[in-house]
This record gives sequence, C-alpha cells and structure tokens, in this order.
Amino acid sequence: MNVEASRYRVLIGKPGLDGHDRGAKFIARALRDAGFEVIYTGIRRTPEEIAAAAVQEDVAAIGLSSLSGGHSRLFPAVLEALQAIGAGDIPVLGGGIIPEEEIAALQAAGIRQIFTPGTPIETILAAFREACAEHLRQNQGA
Amino acid sequence: MVTAPANLIEGIRRRDPRAIARAISWVESGAPLSGQVMAGLEQDLIDQARVYGITGPPGAGKSTLTGRLIGHYRRQEARVGVIAIDPSSPLSGGALLGDRIRMMDHALDPDVIMRSMASRGRLGGLCAAAGATVRILAGAGCSVIIIETVGVGQSEMDVIRLADLTALVVAPGQGDDIQAMKAGLLEVADLLVVNKGDCPGAEALALDLETAARDRPALPAGLSRVCMTTASENLGVAELAKTLDRLDSKRRQSGEHQAKRALAQRLEVVDWALEMLRPRLEKMIGATEAVTRDDPRQLASALIASLTGPER
Repeated sequence: MNVEASRYRVLIGKPGLDGHDRGAKFIARALRDAGFEVIYTGIRRTPEEIAAAAVQEDVAAIGLSSLSGGHSRLFPAVLEALQAIGAGDIPVLGGGIIPEEEIAALQAAGIRQIFTPGTPIETILAAFREACAEHLRQNQGA
Repeated sequence: MVTAPANLIEGIRRRDPRAIARAISWVESGAPLSGQVMAGLEQDLIDQARVYGITGPPGAGKSTLTGRLIGHYRRQEARVGVIAIDPSSPLSGGALLGDRIRMMDHALDPDVIMRSMASRGRLGGLCAAAGATVRILAGAGCSVIIIETVGVGQSEMDVIRLADLTALVVAPGQGDDIQAMKAGLLEVADLLVVNKGDCPGAEALALDLETAARDRPALPAGLSRVCMTTASENLGVAELAKTLDRLDSKRRQSGEHQAKRALAQRLEVVDWALEMLRPRLEKMIGATEAVTRDDPRQLASALIASLTGPER
C-alpha cells in the first residue's frame, strides 16, 4: 500500500452539460487504485458547486473533465469560483477532448496541466501526486 | 492558507468552511496540533447537537434518504452537518467517495457542511476520525449531524455507539438479508426504515420488521419503530425526521441520551488506544521469531503482559 499517496484527497468534477463521464470515472478509478481518496461530484455541476465541494472536502487537487467543448469557458470559471471563496491555492488539472491549440491558453489562465485522450495514465497519476505534494507542503500547517 | 490551532478554532466558530474542513483533515491525519483544536470547541454546541446515524446495506438508499433529511432540516432552518463514509480499498488504500452525487441539491447552501470520509481500514462501518468530525461540525454550529455509514452487513455497529440515534435503512428485494440480520443491527438500531416504499414487497418487509422488533421494548409516546419512506419521491421523510426528533427529546429528558454519550466517549478512548497500539504491536510481533505452532491467543497475552505487566 502506498501510505503516502493514501493521504492525498482529490476531487474529480465535471462542469457543464456533458452527459458522459466515462473519462472522469476512468481517471477517478485509476487514482483510487493508485491510493488516492477521490471525491467524485457527478455530471453537470456548476463551477461554484465544484469549488464549494473542493473546499468542504479539503482536497489537495482538483481534476476537471470536459468532453463537449466547454472547457475554454468552464475550466477558468472553476478557477474564478475557487478564488471567490478564498481557495485559489488549490491546484486544478484538466482533461478531455481539448484541441492542442487551446492548451496554452488554459495553462495561461492557471490550469496546472492539461491531459488529452493520448496521455498515458502514469503521466496523469504522477501529475496529481506532484500537485498534491506541493499543495500539502505549502498548506498543511500541522 | 497557513494555519495555527487558534486560527482554526476561531474559523470554526465563524463557520468558515475552509477552517472547518482543515480541522477535519487534521484529525483525520492525526496531526499533532489537532488536540488543541478539539479542546477549543464549544462544549455546549456539542452537547446540543442531534447526531443521527443512517446505516444499512449497499443500495438501500442511504445517500438519497440522507439528502432528503438535509432538505427537511434546512426547511426548519437548522444548520446541518453530514459525514458520509465509504470504504477504502484494502489493496491500494485509495477510495472512491461518491455520496455527494446524491446530495448536490445542497452544494451551495452555506448552512450544509458535508464531508466524505474513507473508512481507512476500519471495519465497523465508520472511520477512526468520525467522532472528532462530529464534534467539529457541532462546534461549527451544526445542530443536526447525519452520519451515513458505509454499506453494512450485519455487524458494523460503530455508528450505533457514536450516533445518538441510528436508523437502519433497508429496501424490499433484500429479503434474505433481512432474515440474516435478525441477530445483528436489527436488534440495536433505534428505528427500522423501509425505503423504496413504492416497490413491490415493501409492505411485507415492514411487517417482517414489525415482527422482528416485537421482542424489543416499545418506543415511548406511541412512536413506531418501523417507518416507511420513498426517499426518491420525498415521501415519509418528514415523518421519519419527526420520529427521530421526538425520540431524541424523550431520551434527553430521561437522561438516557447523556448516559449514552458518556459511554460512547469512554469507548472511543479505548478505540483510539487500540488504534495507537496496533502499529507498536505489529512492530513487536514482527521482531519476534516466527513460532507458528504456538497458540496466537497465548502469544497475545504474553505480548500484552510485556507491555503492561500481567493481567490482574
């Protein structure tokens, strides 16, 4: 058992109107199998709902999934919602059907990393691990 | 957000969601300073909070019913805390916590604080930090706290102890399980709830439960131990809540409530002591030569004697 990773709590959220969450569930399960505690919010959540849940659950990272093209508006909207409730420090990662040319803009907006259907799962797990470790180092206090 | 115990205590009193959440993380991870936070909570609020457990087999509708109960208590303007526990994977230690999905109606309500927790190896249907989490939520002004356990079988009794009152939720179509439960939770749960009351077999199940409960002392003031709900349609939920609240007031008047909390606290101390001892014991047993033919019970006695002296 990976003792260190078992303390990492992450939230997987699906903002917007996508009806499909296979990708989100796949990532959630992969994270669980890697020892993460994963809070899954279900589909069709608003950015505000995702931000409020992330705060209540005190997660060390958030993963957003989008398959229907709403990412350019919705991912940054989650960042804004987090900032609005004083939680802008929680790292946000994103994935889904995201055209290559839009990745830079999302990262410039503050999304830590973007994954596309070709990204190996190990890369995604490593990115979550790193984001969580960094957040806890800067944040945990005790 | 850099935190110190004093900031967290102040934040909890101010009902700041981040401070509440961080305090829960501290107790969950066993942070050294969490004791200071716990000591700073307002005892009056903890005493006043009504703590209700919702337990039952997987698929009985615990999360949906919990979501409806939140709605009921919010209409009464109570501040509501929810702890939803799901199992940790015994292989990876990870967990998928999905109870929020059925409670998202309340996601933006500042007077509903919800926390998903993984059982982290505990087998009793709760997690080790559940007791402390109840107290933090109470300290943050939650006057009703609902604990939703992992989907349980027959013997996961931890919630019976921690909650002031526990409702066992079952659904029709799980008939054989109900038979099997006769010697377990069915004997100790305060209320027996037949959920999915609109499904075939619900009435028969309620009758079965009435029969099973007949041997137990009657509840006071004409309250019925068996309730019927259809949580998906929000039917029977207000009646269930009313029964819980009435039973709770009765027990507070009679002193039963206070006695139960005192006992629960003592037993939680024992739990924590065992929790803290476990790694030490494992280390000690790992250091001894493997004598596989010796009786494990005898070896355990010797181990304890070496820690505390022989039993008197």
